[in-house]
Order: sequence, then structure tokens, then C-alpha cells
Amino acid sequence: MSDKLLEVKDLRGGYGPIQVLHGLDFHVDKGEVVVILGANGAGKTTTLRALSGMIETSGSIELEGEQILGAKKADIVRKGVAHVPQGRGTLPELSVEDNLLVGAYVRKDKEVQADMEKWFEVYPVLHERRHQRAGSLSGGEQQMLAVSRALMSRPELLLLDEPSLGLAPIIVADLFDRFSHINKDTGTTMLVVEQNAQLALSIADRGYVLESGQITVQGEASSLMHDDAIRKAYLGV
Amino acid sequence: MELFVARLFDGLANGSTYALIALALVMIYKATTLINFAQGEMAMFGAFIVLVLATEQGVPMWIAVLIGMIISALIGAGIERTLIRPFDPADHLPLVIITLGLFLVFGSLAGIIWRFDPRQFPELFPSGSALSFGVATLTWYTVCVVATVLAVAGLLTVLLNTTKIGLAFRAVSSNLESSELSGIRVGPTLQFGWAIAAAVGTLAASIYVADPIRQLEPTVMARVLIFSAAAAALGGLDSLWGAIIGGIAIGMVQSIVVQYVPFIPNEMSLATAVLVLVLVLVFKPSGLFGTPAVERV
Repeated sequence: MSDKLLEVKDLRGGYGPIQVLHGLDFHVDKGEVVVILGANGAGKTTTLRALSGMIETSGSIELEGEQILGAKKADIVRKGVAHVPQGRGTLPELSVEDNLLVGAYVRKDKEVQADMEKWFEVYPVLHERRHQRAGSLSGGEQQMLAVSRALMSRPELLLLDEPSLGLAPIIVADLFDRFSHINKDTGTTMLVVEQNAQLALSIADRGYVLESGQITVQGEASSLMHDDAIRKAYLGV
Repeated sequence: MELFVARLFDGLANGSTYALIALALVMIYKATTLINFAQGEMAMFGAFIVLVLATEQGVPMWIAVLIGMIISALIGAGIERTLIRPFDPADHLPLVIITLGLFLVFGSLAGIIWRFDPRQFPELFPSGSALSFGVATLTWYTVCVVATVLAVAGLLTVLLNTTKIGLAFRAVSSNLESSELSGIRVGPTLQFGWAIAAAVGTLAASIYVADPIRQLEPTVMARVLIFSAAAAALGGLDSLWGAIIGGIAIGMVQSIVVQYVPFIPNEMSLATAVLVLVLVLVFKPSGLFGTPAVERV
């Protein structure tokens, strides 16, 4: 049996009386990149929000065998889950540097500065703009900053909510390329929620397809890429 | 000319006190993006605690102020925990109504405990004048008030920009969701803002009524709050140094207009402050030094 980092069973949740997730079962192994595909309103964002403790949920969410369902948001971060929310997950009034320091807020070690330099190397444009306010960066730069901010907490599991949203295709391609490198270099496990199936599957190990709050298809990324139903629905071919 | 300078000195003293209360308002605004209408009354309540400590318990004056600030900070933190945190931070109306309620509660409570008669407040600063220019005298009181305001703003700036709790506070006031997702405990962070604001408020009220021409009574801060809110808005609501410039500007305008614009009686000086505010906001909606919303999409 492989080493499970995240195991989700019968996950249900939603907003007030509206239930969005109708019993999801999925898992993410250590070091994997797993993608959850789905159309608008399928419940992709809600799934990630459930994992981060942002909504009321039932079922079971185990992180390295430890139940995190019902834990406080701040504690889930301390257990090693970093979440890049949809849109701009930055702190617009704060400088780029301060954004990264906020990312390292839960850490107590002395290597924060060294990590910051590391992400500046990965994303040189952030280094150039380190004293600029995050809100003044372009969309792509803000997404890089949001990802770097999340990685500053040295997470076990990085949750990425539609990182491609609203960005130019060339920027998106570069962004995903970096995700793949970061995954290989740091071993950070990633759970990516995306509509851009082709791109997401190209860097993923495995994938799930979410429809109306239920997982309908799952499998290896390479086989999903060639699955006819998925090609029709999400790849537009 | 001498008279003009005298008015400027007057405005400086008043304006600095407005600035100090404005600093407290800015801290709350950064935390909860609303104006705490009870700030002045909370400050007045704190000043009464200082008075009781100093005159009835025989505590040395500055230590009494310090203890008063600490007690106020605890009260501020308690208010945040019990009356502010249970409500949705994005829904402002209930929160504004709570601060209005607190305004009445603290006013009445002070009246019940300490009665409504004005009381002499012990002096905090040396008396006499530091500088004379004919009839215009710059009193030590004014010099010390200005120095205190600058020191408080300096300390707050250092606190916000160099400490971990300061970073968390700035993060939460910028983007609540992303701060939470970075592991910041939002409630205690905002509570810290309320505590600091309450302490600064008590210092401000103590200094205000320590002026020999004033006395402490439960209604003393109501007027000050209006000027301070105008000062904070003038400075941009989220800027500490803007609040100081705003406070001094409002103080100056008030004292000069009352002297030189004969058709505006003293009673209307409040209105002039508001007029200045309206003019600035018409031309610069985020105030003089406020952070304009920059969001590239």
C-alpha cells in the first residue's frame, strides 16, 4: 500500500441549507500531484474549502492518519496544509516581502529568510518587486506570489484552487511548469482543482472528475487524458 | 500677528489631542473597518479610572495613567471578544449599532459611578510656558502633548511594522481570508487592535482633561470624538500619520476660523471641522494619506 497523505471519506458539506458535496471519497499519496476536474458549480472550490476547515462538513478527512475534520482553520495550516484560494490569494496592501513573511507566520525556525530567497530565485520578478505592494502586481505575478506565500509555510500538502483562472495561456503554461518543478524539487504534495483539464492532467499523477458534488471518474492522469468521455467534456476535442 | 500665533498654538494643543483619539480610531478602523463611536466614551471612562487611582488611591500620576491604560486595554479586549467577534465582520450595521450602544453605556455608567459633576484632573505636564511671543505663549502642556502624540504614533508604527503580531494585524486588515489560510488567528489579532486602541484612548482623554482649563466629566469626550473622527477621515482612516496631520489640521482650522471669521460663532466650530472634511473627501475620497484601493484585474 502506498503512503497516503490525505484520505477523504464520504465528505459532505455546503453552505447553510445548500449541500454541495454529496459524499466524496478520494485520497492523495505523498509526493503526488492530484487534480480534481469539473465544470463550474461542480463543487471543486467547495471541496478545497472543506479541506481547509472553511465550511461545515461531515464525513472524514484524515491527514497522515489524523482526523482534521472540524479542526480550526489556523490549526489545519499548522498541521501542514496550505491553501491558495481562487482569484488573488494575496494581501494587496502589504509589500511582496511582507506577504511572504505572512506565509511563514506559523513557522518558528530561523530559515524563513533563506526560504524567501529561494522563492525569489524561482520567481525573480517577485524579487524585483519585493518592496512593491502586492495589489499593484499583475495577475500572473500575484498568482506566483500567492503560491510562494503558501509554500513559505513549508506545507505537506498544497491546495491550489484554479490557479489558471483569468490568466493568459502563456502565463498559465509557465505557472504549471513551475508547479511540476516545485513538486519534484521539494516533494510538496499538491491537490489542484482546475477547469483547464489538459494542462492540469499534464503535470498530474492522478485525477478525479467531479460532477454535481460527486466523483464520477477517477484514474491515472495519462489514462484520463485519453478517456473519451473526458476528452469530450473537458478537453474540447 | 501675535494673536494669530496664539491661535495657532491653541490649535496645535487641541489638534494634537484630536490626533491622539484619531490614532485609536485608526487602529479600530484597520481592525474592523468601522469607526468606533464609543472610542471617546471609553477613553473618558479610562480617564476616570486614572483619576480614582491618582486622587483616591494615592498612586503617582504617571503610574496611574499606565495602570488606567492597561485596565482599558483589558476592557477593550473584553468588548471585542463578547460584543464584536460574534458578529459577521463584513456586516457593518450591527457593529456600528453596538458601538453606538457602548457610547451610551459608558456615558451612563460613568455618570452612575462618578456622577455628572465636573472634577478637577491632576496635571500631567509641567505648567508654565516654554516660549513667549508677545501675548502668544507656547505652554509646556502643548509641547508635551505634541511630543506624546508623536511618541505614540512612532511606537505604533514600530509595533505594526517590526513585530509578528503587527504583521498579523496588517495582514488581517488587508485580506481576512488569506490571513486565515496562512494560519493567523484572526480573533485574537483583532482583539489586540481593540486593546491598543482602548489604551491609547485613555492616554488621550487623560491628557485632554489634564489641561488646566478643562475638567473631567462624563460628557467631556463627545465633542472631541467628532473632531477626532473628522481628523481620522481627513488623514485617510487607515493611516496613523495621516491621523496626526488630520488632527492638527482640524485643530488649527477650528481655532483660526473662530477667531477670524466673525459670522461663524464659537458654537459652530464643530461645523467648520466637518466642512473641511467634506471638502477634502469630495476631492480626495481616500483622505489625504489613506491607502487608495489598488487592485489590478
